[in-house]
Amino acid sequence: MNAEATAPPVRAFALSKRYDDVLAVDAVDLTVNAGDVYGFLGPNGAGKTTTLRMILGLITPTGGHAELFGRDPMRVGARALDGVAGFVEAPRFYPYMTGRRNLELLADLDGDGARGRIDEVLDVVELAGRAKHKVGGYSHGMRQRLGIAASLLRRPQLLILDEPATGLDPAGMRDMRDLIRRLAQDGITVLLSSHQLPEVQELCDRVAIVSSGKVVYEGALTELRRRGGSGYRLRTDDDTAALEIASTIAGVRHARITDGGVALQADEEHVGELSLALGRAGIAILALTPELATLEELFFRLTGEPAGGAPENELATAGAA
Amino acid sequence: MSAAATAARVQSTARAARPSTFAVYRWELRKLRLQKRTYLGLALGALMPLIFVISQNVRGHHGGGGQGSVFESQITQSGLATPVLLLLWMSLFLLPLIAALVAGDIVAAEDGNGTLKTILTRSVDRGQVFAAKVLAACTYAVLAVYLTATVAVVAGVASWGFKSVTSFSGTVVAAPKALLLVYVANTVYLIPLFAVVAIGILLSTVARNSAGAVVGTVGITLILAIVGAIPGLEGLGPYLLTKQYEAWQGLLRTPTDWAPIIHSLWVCGLYAVPALFAAYLVFLRRDVAGG
Repeated sequence: MNAEATAPPVRAFALSKRYDDVLAVDAVDLTVNAGDVYGFLGPNGAGKTTTLRMILGLITPTGGHAELFGRDPMRVGARALDGVAGFVEAPRFYPYMTGRRNLELLADLDGDGARGRIDEVLDVVELAGRAKHKVGGYSHGMRQRLGIAASLLRRPQLLILDEPATGLDPAGMRDMRDLIRRLAQDGITVLLSSHQLPEVQELCDRVAIVSSGKVVYEGALTELRRRGGSGYRLRTDDDTAALEIASTIAGVRHARITDGGVALQADEEHVGELSLALGRAGIAILALTPELATLEELFFRLTGEPAGGAPENELATAGAA
Repeated sequence: MSAAATAARVQSTARAARPSTFAVYRWELRKLRLQKRTYLGLALGALMPLIFVISQNVRGHHGGGGQGSVFESQITQSGLATPVLLLLWMSLFLLPLIAALVAGDIVAAEDGNGTLKTILTRSVDRGQVFAAKVLAACTYAVLAVYLTATVAVVAGVASWGFKSVTSFSGTVVAAPKALLLVYVANTVYLIPLFAVVAIGILLSTVARNSAGAVVGTVGITLILAIVGAIPGLEGLGPYLLTKQYEAWQGLLRTPTDWAPIIHSLWVCGLYAVPALFAAYLVFLRRDVAGG
């Protein structure tokens, strides 16, 4: 088996893009393995779309390179996209052509019998009934679905989707998530760029989080949540006094009163120390439950957005480990 | 699915036949066919001969002076004088404008609409897409020139008959040969027009703005025409693109004067080849960030 056969679907090596004085993407390294549903997360302007464009060969990196199944699009051109499909930003079509005509065009640019799959992919995205209408009259959601259909024409093994649920209504978002889940179950590796955190939490098993052009975490979502979210919720008969005691224990961090008691972060050893201290102070522990941080909390901590969580570098270190 | 199975499927996709440049070219033509703006240029080309013939019929013809005087004096004597006169007049501005409408638009419009990224993430190389766009723009120029000529021939012959004409040299050319010469002359005119197309494609690729590229292309041809008219710069005349618009007139002399046609070939090559090469390099390396 040659190198291409064993290469992961996506690898980026110190991928960078500079526009004059602005470093839009700063030495991004990431690896998407076969079978992953990989979330590429970051706030608007973090460099997600620029990174995806470089991965697809649409823009030239100013540093580093990307490989799709071991092939660099900058070196081998369209051949690097074999087995790869998707879209960056909103999928774009010729508005003066019907949906079907657009797919015919793209199928002819794919070859490999793609024309014969048009009806099938229209059915998958439930657009068969509107295929004869001009794309200019399509809603945003219909265009997104047509974008998926256009991607499926290529029988991809890697699907790259940039904010596929953006602009969709709740039902459309649910349908899009279901579709991505189905495709992943069929064995397609998915690289999903999004800032819709519930979507990523629900669909993805591995994530990269980018902030200001840099990857601040890459790894399994469960690992991120475990490392970043060793939190506990404490309920006592005197939460105010419990908070004061918690604040005196060195290993207990970010203790604060919340609706349901006292939220805090600590490892097991310090939680034990806290419970003994509470007992000595005569404070009854009504409940002490571990809580994994939500992806949203972790995201805000890693990207430096305002949130009452751990400092950015703690989680970044966890991710790099 | 295992990584090995995935890789095997990817490799099998890689071995599949790739689309030919001809397939891409065919779609470029279809795209042109499906856009209303395509017909604007063609309608302009077809309307001018009709307006000319109708106006001459309404007012009655009086021969004029100037470069076209030999054929102007024959307007009512032979319908075949009409396409020659139309080529004489339209070659200076209108036909370059029509060619520029598509050439200046063909890359920039796709970039602006975001469809360039759509087609560049399929199984065709950038070079194929570029070649197809160049061929499509040239095809449109060919269509515009022959459509204009054909409408002029039909309207002229319908009004004034299929009769012999007198060439620039004063010799009489029989009607069938004159008809052939009309089409060969239009074919020779395509040489500088292809250079205009090449400039349009370069601007379309670089400017990323459809209107700017169209106006820029026409602007360049106008500037060259003005340069040719500036006293003291007459020496540049033979090397100006706009001067090559007249090369076809050598065909309507007896004996045929091939020198301006051969001169036009290499001069136009000096404009077209670097323009196309530069456009090709820009297209290969450009960042597709639109849409």
